[in-house]
Amino acid sequence: MQGYLRADGRKGIRNIVLVTYLVECAHHVARAIVTKSSTDNVQLIGFPGCYPNEYSLKIMEGLCTHPNVAGVLILSLGCEGFNREQLANTVKASGRAVDTLVIQKSGGTRKTIVDGLASVNNLLIKAERAELVSMELSELVIGTICGGSDGTSGIGANPAVGHCFDRLIEDDAVCIFEETGELIGCEQIMAERAITSELGIEIMKSVAKAEQYYTKMGYGSFAPGNAEGGLTTQEEKSMGAYAKSGSSKIHGLIKPGDIPSQGGLYLMDVVPDGEPMYGFPNIVDSAEIVEMIASGCHLTLFTTGRGSVVGSAISPVIKVCANPETYDNLSDDMDINAGKVIKGQATVKQVGDEIYELVIQVAQGQQTKSEELGHQEFVLTYKKFVDISPACLATVR
Amino acid sequence: MINQHFVLLNKEDNVFVCCKKILSGEATTLEEIEVSMATDLTVGHKIARQGIVKGEKIIKYGVTIGSAIADIAFGEHVHMHNMKSDYIASHTRQSRAGE
Repeated sequence: MQGYLRADGRKGIRNIVLVTYLVECAHHVARAIVTKSSTDNVQLIGFPGCYPNEYSLKIMEGLCTHPNVAGVLILSLGCEGFNREQLANTVKASGRAVDTLVIQKSGGTRKTIVDGLASVNNLLIKAERAELVSMELSELVIGTICGGSDGTSGIGANPAVGHCFDRLIEDDAVCIFEETGELIGCEQIMAERAITSELGIEIMKSVAKAEQYYTKMGYGSFAPGNAEGGLTTQEEKSMGAYAKSGSSKIHGLIKPGDIPSQGGLYLMDVVPDGEPMYGFPNIVDSAEIVEMIASGCHLTLFTTGRGSVVGSAISPVIKVCANPETYDNLSDDMDINAGKVIKGQATVKQVGDEIYELVIQVAQGQQTKSEELGHQEFVLTYKKFVDISPACLATVR
Repeated sequence: MINQHFVLLNKEDNVFVCCKKILSGEATTLEEIEVSMATDLTVGHKIARQGIVKGEKIIKYGVTIGSAIADIAFGEHVHMHNMKSDYIASHTRQSRAGE
């Protein structure tokens, strides 16, 4: 396997240039630059709000210094609260190429688009110089989420991803699962898998926080489609979702944007700390994928039953479909047919091995279905976190 | 798989999960007992493996996934109309359920 070596020593499986807008007011200009660039390697991300937010800055820094990213064009209107100087400095310090354009200083829409296209062309030329070096499986960071779950998700796709995770962890890769709100009801069994009892307590606390937060919001992490697909309760959905984590020990609890320092299985605590402040913890699946990528995920394993079609900017998404009827209906969008499990045509282990092989192929450059179709969804909004407790960090494996 | 339409995920479970669509009025044999379906069932939905009384826990994957809010007959669809979460209410596009 080979990866693109970055100046900070990290290795990527894609070689892209990001255009990021720092407020909705700069969105149109940023999108025009990306559209006119006419290559899938120039991708659009951004932040809508005008108020500053430490979490969004941290996530944006994580994304712009992601190993799949070669260079970044920052698009600012000029008066928004986002700390563009700090973002640019962080990207520069990582050794990546970075340009900043401020629309209010660049003469408006037309001139900024012209300048932006020149910048992107320059960044693409620099990206082409990235050195391809040998990369081990242990250097991969893989995330998993589920979206559009139904009564089949916990039977086929999720346990198959769990098996794939077990194999990747044997290879000493970093694997991350998440959404503590979708693990309500699993806290006790999950805590028992923690490598230390202190970590177990932190895991219990993170799920209790999620339950409290979602109760205050008035809705669990449970969509109408989940019910139409046969799931009745939050804890039933949770038990299915939990199967994605496989059977390895849990090595640490991280918050969005924290990057695990050694191989193993990590739980991401995505629910904000303190009193509910900015609304739902994760408004949509794509927001969860973005947090995974900010924590270094080279690719994301996305399980579905009802049938999601999303991909992501920055890192490829592999879609694993648990429901055989959904697979037949949406096969153009699905990378793996885990519906074979519920039909008795394949075992969880066989499908898990299939996912594992595909992870390696995608890491070597093979496009996923969502990449081929041009999916580059991206969502980032406001949140508030305090730093993770020392008891959450991985110690000795 | 216990037949072409249903699977039993764990021997402790008191529900079966539908793995192939079955229509109202169709007969199916559940652990040697023939039952006629009272409603259409699509893949992923649950039916009772035994009579379940109101307040009893619903067991799937060998663990509790909620409680019955009504008596449930053998072979009956188990969903939001007759069970609820022990944690947090679920919702559909039309309404909250199980509150």
